[in-house]
Amino acid sequence: MDLITFGVQLLNAVQYGTVLFLVASGLTLVFGILGVINLAHGAFYMLGAYLAYWLTLVTGSFALAMLGGVTIAFIAGMLLETMFVRLLYGRDHLAQVLLSFGLILVIDEVRQLLFGKDVHAVAPPAWLSGSIQLTDNLSYSVYRLAICIFCLCVAVAIFLVISRTKIGMIVRAGAENREMARVLGIKFDRVNRYVFAVGIALAALGGIVIAPISTVFPGMGDGMLILSFVVIVLGGIGSVAGAAVGALLIGLTDTFGKVFFPSASSILIYVLMAAVLIWRPSGILGRPNA
Amino acid sequence: MAIDDFMRPLSRRGLLSGAAGAATLAAAGPFRSAAFAQNAPLKVGMMLPYTGTFAKLGQFIDDGFRLYVEQKGGKLGGREIAFVQVDDESKPEAATDNMNRLVGREKADVVVGTVHSGVAMAMVKVARDTKTLLIIPNAGANDATGPACAPNIFRTSFSNWQSTYPMGKVMADAGIKNVVTISWRYTAGAEMVGAFAENFTKNGGKVLADLTVPFPEVEFQALITQIATLKPDAVFSFFAGGGAVKFVKDYAAAGLNKTIPLYGAGFLTDGTIEAQGAAADGIKTTLHYADNLDNPANLAFLKAFKAKTGKDGDIYAVQGYDAAALLDIGLTAVGGDFTARDKMLAAMGAAKIDSPRGPLSFNKAHNPIQNIYLREVRNGRNELVSIAQANVDDPARGCKIS
Repeated sequence: MDLITFGVQLLNAVQYGTVLFLVASGLTLVFGILGVINLAHGAFYMLGAYLAYWLTLVTGSFALAMLGGVTIAFIAGMLLETMFVRLLYGRDHLAQVLLSFGLILVIDEVRQLLFGKDVHAVAPPAWLSGSIQLTDNLSYSVYRLAICIFCLCVAVAIFLVISRTKIGMIVRAGAENREMARVLGIKFDRVNRYVFAVGIALAALGGIVIAPISTVFPGMGDGMLILSFVVIVLGGIGSVAGAAVGALLIGLTDTFGKVFFPSASSILIYVLMAAVLIWRPSGILGRPNA
Repeated sequence: MAIDDFMRPLSRRGLLSGAAGAATLAAAGPFRSAAFAQNAPLKVGMMLPYTGTFAKLGQFIDDGFRLYVEQKGGKLGGREIAFVQVDDESKPEAATDNMNRLVGREKADVVVGTVHSGVAMAMVKVARDTKTLLIIPNAGANDATGPACAPNIFRTSFSNWQSTYPMGKVMADAGIKNVVTISWRYTAGAEMVGAFAENFTKNGGKVLADLTVPFPEVEFQALITQIATLKPDAVFSFFAGGGAVKFVKDYAAAGLNKTIPLYGAGFLTDGTIEAQGAAADGIKTTLHYADNLDNPANLAFLKAFKAKTGKDGDIYAVQGYDAAALLDIGLTAVGGDFTARDKMLAAMGAAKIDSPRGPLSFNKAHNPIQNIYLREVRNGRNELVSIAQANVDDPARGCKIS
């Protein structure tokens, strides 16, 4: 394999990893801060993709679709938190799994009612739709490059918000020691609602950016949900930095696994997960007692 | 219908007359069935995916079948047809139960199904055990008309082997020396790619690499980069549904469609072509149907299907339509007497159908003998290029019927 091909495969791995990070970071935020296992996370990823399809059709602009899709997901997240998810705080995981599984069924029915069962294609914005010629027969889609850059920006933004802002401080305080933070006068009702809504919006955003290269189909969230769980277990539950490391590792393993060990590629990421968990049972960046 | 129609309370008179009617029917029941056994409707069990990934395919098969029955005035071979429907959801784990329910509790005389090969193989097993007449209107698993063949099992679609074998020669004849194949790593993928490779290597071609991804994964980017570095003369692929849409778009986005021509099984562009858009232009595939087949049967079929459903008929609708035509031939041969089973099965086995897809007959394993067409995607349609191979007969390896 020559250097350029290797570079392109590396790019493939990073692109795959960054989208995975987007979705997994939402999942790990909700779990790390609210303590809620949200199995419906993948369903919101799918819903994001369908919203991208529908809004591009209606508005004719992918950028507007992106904005609209994220906004709708955010509002849906706020409503869901107010109506259902708040009942789950402090409950055992079985209740959380049951409720979020119910949500999957409901979201899937809603999707069926609104958008039907068909496979849809979404066009990327015109100025991102070309490809860059690398060698005479190797080119790379501009949109995939744009996804890489966009997702990296979102990742940096998440880190900055969590580590540098007052909101981030409150969120961290809530995750570390909720009782103490409450004594200091922080109103967690509202914080919880925003955190959940942001988590859902991140899942939908993942679905929106992937729509133009993946097509939109029922059940597209299932595989993504499983991968997201692998990412956060690998990186350390509740750690956003861990999700970044985990997502990148999975991107690399999957891409180079397919190239060098095609027959074993489907199990390689699970082998990786097992190996990491033997070495660090709480994940790469997880706290041992978390 | 207004909501009142549902809400209106039942009047006492209505209740009484209803009860009287029901009582009469119940009393007359035994006599009726004894006197008119021959004329009781034949029960056709439709076991198809009405929900899930293959829902659209199942609906088209169902519509096609019912269209034929309607055209015959609701009767096949003079016998009234009644339907009972089961949604198989393309779930192999529930297939045996669903099939047993149709055969056992619903007492279906004939079962028509299904799309998913795994589900179909479970249905084949039950049909063999219970001797129920089964007509498969889509699933292509080679085994169904191979080792698992039986006198009471027919297929009106294709075998996986059949749909891609002719492509081996087509590509070799086009001067293509070496190819890369790419597919999902499951039975249909292996059977379709295998049949293509069998004929391609026989005609002097070479397969550089056989790339696969686990079913139903859709992240192909790494393998597409791999294809670019291997630089084959062409690529042969099999994907279907959402996976096919994504593969074709990824292939075009990587710019490969300009340098390495893409070939495939017909399912790559059938039912997916609209979502693929311009990315599908120029893809050549083989299948037992093409959108613009210019024969009278196809033109009449497309017109009638459009009139009934408002949709454009496709290969799935044709396969359902032909399933009804095949049953019609069997029932006509025995004057609607379903008990004259051997005579009916013999007539079905010898059937020659003027199908919308062209001439259709059956081999000893009850797999179709049919033309396989070479099609090319032009202007969002799978347009006919030529007959890749006429009257293709599946070898039915392992079938013990003689």
